[in-house]
Amino acid sequence: MTAVSVQGVRKVFNAGRNDEVVALSDVDLTVESGQFVSLIGPSGCGKSTLLRLIADLTAPTAGSVTVAGKPARRARLDQEYGIAFQQAGLFDWRTVRRNVELPLELRKIPRQRRRERADEMLALVGLSDFAAHYPAQLSGGMQQRVAIARALAVHPKLLLMDEPFGALDEMTRERLQAELLAVCAKTETSTVFVTHSIPEAVFLSDLVVVMSARPGRITDVIPVDLGPRTEATRQSAGFFTAVTKVRKALRGTPTAVTADT
Amino acid sequence: MRWLRTVFPPLLVGIVGLGLWEISVKVGRIAPFILPAPSAIGEQFWLDREVVWRAGLASGANALVGLAFGAAAAVLAALVAARVRLLAEVSVPVAALLNALPIIALAPILNNMFESTSSIPRRVVVGIVVFFPVFVNTLRGLREIQPVHRELMDSYAASGWTVARLVRLPGALPFLFTGLRQASSLAVIAAVVSEYFGGLQDGLGSRITSAAAFTAYPRAWAYVVGACLLGLLFYLVTLVAERLSMPWRSP
Repeated sequence: MTAVSVQGVRKVFNAGRNDEVVALSDVDLTVESGQFVSLIGPSGCGKSTLLRLIADLTAPTAGSVTVAGKPARRARLDQEYGIAFQQAGLFDWRTVRRNVELPLELRKIPRQRRRERADEMLALVGLSDFAAHYPAQLSGGMQQRVAIARALAVHPKLLLMDEPFGALDEMTRERLQAELLAVCAKTETSTVFVTHSIPEAVFLSDLVVVMSARPGRITDVIPVDLGPRTEATRQSAGFFTAVTKVRKALRGTPTAVTADT
Repeated sequence: MRWLRTVFPPLLVGIVGLGLWEISVKVGRIAPFILPAPSAIGEQFWLDREVVWRAGLASGANALVGLAFGAAAAVLAALVAARVRLLAEVSVPVAALLNALPIIALAPILNNMFESTSSIPRRVVVGIVVFFPVFVNTLRGLREIQPVHRELMDSYAASGWTVARLVRLPGALPFLFTGLRQASSLAVIAAVVSEYFGGLQDGLGSRITSAAAFTAYPRAWAYVVGACLLGLLFYLVTLVAERLSMPWRSP
């Protein structure tokens, strides 16, 4: 089954004004169920916009977005996906556990089950001991893990992530990448992951979608087949080949743009 | 030890200040109607302690009731104004206009509207005075919502009131307490001063005016000290309430 289907999507900001920006043009993308797909590209290539279109946080100017076989809006109202942003976006006044419980609370899940689920998710991201803490008492990496636990709490079939590890140091980042893959494998979640780190995209993904700016569009889709990821994957020849491939695809695009114009 | 270090310096400054005051009044032969010595004020305060207490209770009750109703009305108004964009745009200038009005000047008019034995006029004055700082601060807090929180609540398909209850209101708490801290001191001032304009004469304000009318200046000052302590009490209680209602702010 297809988790996400984006067809002929175009997104224009400030249409008809002087500062009109074509954020996305002619975008087609399919994410199969259980697939991990990364969107990578320079800033302004519309990768975050594409993610927000899938999440129905913004509407396309033209084209259609389907999530879990439903129009994106219906999918959002049915809460078919979990989402995490670059900022953890935790609520200061809720304890870690109650932050994770929030999406469940909004779904009117009974208190007892809410608590069980939250504890289960916190165990998954290794933060069981911090359930009663407030977010301000946690490091940035820990807060981001809470945000991921919150996104996973509803057991979504689709996980959307917008540079969730962008603000973290390299070591925390690599650890969280491995944790995320383990969690996704365990819960059989499809994932769309926005990043601007090539090694991160290659390490995590089954499919790396390369985008370019002005106008934002997809220039290349690179399948990555490295089998189950371990720490050794980062040193493997296949990993470097894939990194080089993505890097070339990213480099290739600006020259192509100049050639076009 | 830390407690001692935060308390000791201001205490020392206070004692030294009082000493200098005492000496300059005694040595400079300053007439008591200009400035009585602190020892004389203290003596009067002790002699009249029961009356100060009773008058303080009356003024304190007026300030408290006015503060509670004024603040509650302000929070409700801010909630509604934050939900309706047009109202928010209109309400701030209206509230500013209301604040520019010398509200204490309403006291004699309000006194005439009610019986002379009624405490309502003073409480109404307090309520109006309190309304503005609480309303403006709370409204600002309610309208400030982090974009990431907004997107998150959108992704949950949460309704406007759900967002208000779960995100905007708790997020506005620090702002609400900024308003309440200003309001708590203003409430006591309004409760005391509104008595200068007639109405029921059982609070600190009327004691100050009558003592001054009898040229009993140290006594007038003793009641001023009472009003000062009352204001301080209101402020401190607000601070404690702030700490208690936002446990996530003090790890």
